[in-house]
Amino acid sequence: MGARQEAEIVACIPSLRRYARGLTADAARADDLVQDTLEHAWRRLSMWRRQGELRAWLFGIMHNVFIDSVRARRLRDTVHDDDAIAAMPVRAQQSDGLEVRDLDRLLQRLNPDVRAVLLLVTVEELSYQEAARALDVPVGTIMSRLSRGRERLAAMMAGREPVTPLRRVK
Amino acid sequence: MMKDKDTQTLKAIPGSPITEADLHAYVDDVLTASRRSEVEAFLSTRADARASVDAWARQKSILKQAFDPVAAEVIPLRFAARPPARPPRWLAAAAAVMMTVASGVGAWVVRGEWDQRALAMRAPATAAVAKAGDLGGFVHRAAIAHAVYTPEVRRPVEVGADQEQALATWLTKRLGATVRPPHLADVGYALVGGRLLPGGVGPVAQFMYSAHDGRRLTLYVTREAAGDKSAFRFSREGEVNVFYWIDEQFGYALSGDIERAELLRVSEEVYRQLG
Repeated sequence: MGARQEAEIVACIPSLRRYARGLTADAARADDLVQDTLEHAWRRLSMWRRQGELRAWLFGIMHNVFIDSVRARRLRDTVHDDDAIAAMPVRAQQSDGLEVRDLDRLLQRLNPDVRAVLLLVTVEELSYQEAARALDVPVGTIMSRLSRGRERLAAMMAGREPVTPLRRVK
Repeated sequence: MMKDKDTQTLKAIPGSPITEADLHAYVDDVLTASRRSEVEAFLSTRADARASVDAWARQKSILKQAFDPVAAEVIPLRFAARPPARPPRWLAAAAAVMMTVASGVGAWVVRGEWDQRALAMRAPATAAVAKAGDLGGFVHRAAIAHAVYTPEVRRPVEVGADQEQALATWLTKRLGATVRPPHLADVGYALVGGRLLPGGVGPVAQFMYSAHDGRRLTLYVTREAAGDKSAFRFSREGEVNVFYWIDEQFGYALSGDIERAELLRVSEEVYRQLG
């Protein structure tokens, strides 16, 4: 656990923050996710066998942490933090004029596993193989999730698919 | 770099029918040059596939534009260094603080570097504290609060420095007198934020500051000692150094795991601004 590995991990932080922001649509929650990921990573650094990119390994950890938190949230049946965002009208007319917040909302409509693949491939530009390794699924699964994610997001952006309001639990 | 491998995983045999996987790989630019031209030929004859590919490519650029700025942001302090080794530092530090104050004869060794001199120094400090009545309670509580909250990575404060005005307004309301965090940037410490804490008889405020190297100071502000006036006093509470003083309305305690001289320098600045 030399200074070099430490520096390599720190060098991945900008990517991790970007990916987390896409996953959660909430800056504070995203940084909490990054924090949890880093804590796991420091503890498990000896388990990283240098097969593949460190960044992909970190994305994998983040994905597990994230999915755990999604499950925990469901169990607790909490109200979504982004009620305020949910109250905003959707602007689906012109996809290029889509605002980040709208985009966040649409992304949140995707299944978390699908969202993860879409972000890893498009924003983080992981190869399909790297994404498969990070999420510990076959490449074929990556392809089918990518396909679903792209189709659904395109449909929502084109306004073809009604955007259902967030389920609110009181 | 790794993209060549992916084309292999797609097992594109030259001349084989174009699959949806090819279309995605086209958008993600992971096809070999020959397969790429095959896909392009296909797309020129199929408007529906062309429309899908265009939509995906547009989507990709929108996503990148939306999230790339996050990666360009300055990395927040909380991620700048490896988190402290466990067990949590605050546990040991808080235990040390409690032990120092609670047991005068505590020859217990909490940590290897237990400082005998600290024990020796404490006797006069405790005497001074006892004379000043409630003061002792507040200095001790300030040191505990420092030890508990400064190692906190996730939530060091309730309200961050980015909402300084809201922080001051809130704490002023709760303490019933005008409270504001002093600005210590000139002496090397940036405001992190603050929180409300229970004191001995009512609410107290804690402001936290951080130096470039991540070392943190806390300023504890209480009205519990109101009415008195005192000079600077120094106390060592376990591993935490504290300078404290009372200035009519408020009692102040500045705590830090830093050298006494450095802490005094900052205390003087706090006093200058708030006095």
